[in-house]
Amino acid sequence: MTVRLLPCGRRAVLVEPDDVLGFQAALEQAPPDGLVELVPAARTLLVRFDPSVTDADRLGALLRQVSPVDSVVSSSAEVVIPVVYDGEDLADVAADAGLSVSSLIARHSGGSYVSAFCGFAPGFAYLSGLDPALHVPRRPTPRTRIPAGSVAIAGEYSAVYPSASPGGWRLLGRTGVPVWDVERDPPNLLPPGTKVRFEAVRA
Amino acid sequence: MKLEVVRPGFTTTVQDLGRPGHAALGVGRSGAADRGSFRLANRLVGNPPGAAALEVTLGGLVLRASAVTTVAVTGALCPVSPGGMNAPMTLWPGDELVLGTASAGLRCYVAVRGGIDVPPVLGSRSTDTLGKLGPPPLAAGMLLPVGTPGAFPAADLAPRAALPDAPVLRVTPGPRRDWFASPDDLLSAVYTVSPDSDRVGIRLTGPALERVRHDELPSEACVPGSLQVPPSGRPILFHADHPTTGGYPVIAVVEEDDLDVAAQLRPGQTLRFRPAS
Repeated sequence: MTVRLLPCGRRAVLVEPDDVLGFQAALEQAPPDGLVELVPAARTLLVRFDPSVTDADRLGALLRQVSPVDSVVSSSAEVVIPVVYDGEDLADVAADAGLSVSSLIARHSGGSYVSAFCGFAPGFAYLSGLDPALHVPRRPTPRTRIPAGSVAIAGEYSAVYPSASPGGWRLLGRTGVPVWDVERDPPNLLPPGTKVRFEAVRA
Repeated sequence: MKLEVVRPGFTTTVQDLGRPGHAALGVGRSGAADRGSFRLANRLVGNPPGAAALEVTLGGLVLRASAVTTVAVTGALCPVSPGGMNAPMTLWPGDELVLGTASAGLRCYVAVRGGIDVPPVLGSRSTDTLGKLGPPPLAAGMLLPVGTPGAFPAADLAPRAALPDAPVLRVTPGPRRDWFASPDDLLSAVYTVSPDSDRVGIRLTGPALERVRHDELPSEACVPGSLQVPPSGRPILFHADHPTTGGYPVIAVVEEDDLDVAAQLRPGQTLRFRPAS
């Protein structure tokens, strides 16, 4: 098992493990002294620590010993997100992928996704599991405003915009399911490890 | 007791020490940009260090008190009446606290004895300008609820050193230092603060940092103080409301202790970086 450790100031180390969620699960089971917060992303795990308790060298020696464990994906329930597939980029994405629109919808809604990590905005979950035929780059120029509930794809991920924001992802459709609600506990519907399925519905 | 916002100034938000610990949900730390000045303002009015106060960009704020209250102003150098900066002052019913335009530094902190008592969101009363959490920025006519006062102020005046004219911020290597042709160019260059700077990031102009790797970086988590370098080659210093993850390489990280100085940088001001010892 290989793990790269990258420096990130005096209060954090960026870890590049083979299995981010498994590495995170191992640290959650046996937290090292001084651990403050774990932030998973696409290929990396940020390990924030309390510099009055430990330092990058001591923590690094511990992190090199970590063996990834099965993450929580298998135990969590599946969240089903109904989608009206009428997004502005639907036809363009289908054309770029050499698919009909209905085949694009079938492939997007046919996949089983897992929330890999959250970032960009509160509640914005990067959902892995997108059909490789649908891996498309972001728009060259981001839109200045994308409505909350927009269902979109970019690269190897799909996502639901939790609130209105600028963004460069390709819009396939929309959902009425609020993925972020500060009145809810937890506010995030799709924390890392959540299984997700999209379901095509009529407008 | 409530404080009436007569004039909100250029931009004024409610801030406390932020909402750390939620980055895995995509929620950043936020909170006061200059935490030292923020804490001092609270101490001068007898508040606990994390009581919510006002962060005033460039000054211009006018507040009216409806009851006897104690306030203090710290941070950017700014004409204040009644009284002055870095000292508690008493407002009587009907009195107005008036902040002029800051002449050095960027952000003032106005603490009120009892704290600003807006409802917390995820454990914090801070406005996160990027994540759109917490109360909206102040507007004329708004009434700010003030909490129940605790202790009485214990200090009359807190002398503070002047802000540096040409700040030097200490850095340690960042995770993607090796993506750059000569990363030490960061240390020899003089950068200028761009007018595009805000609570999310301080944008810098100066010589471009050249990359040796041009592939896409998958998004990864960032810490406050990260110097992220977009394709333009000009670094952005991630500050209080920075996104929790970023897709451009981070060449270096500014020391947490120097972020207060960074928070007071004004557009047009120059700065340098040096390695932390």
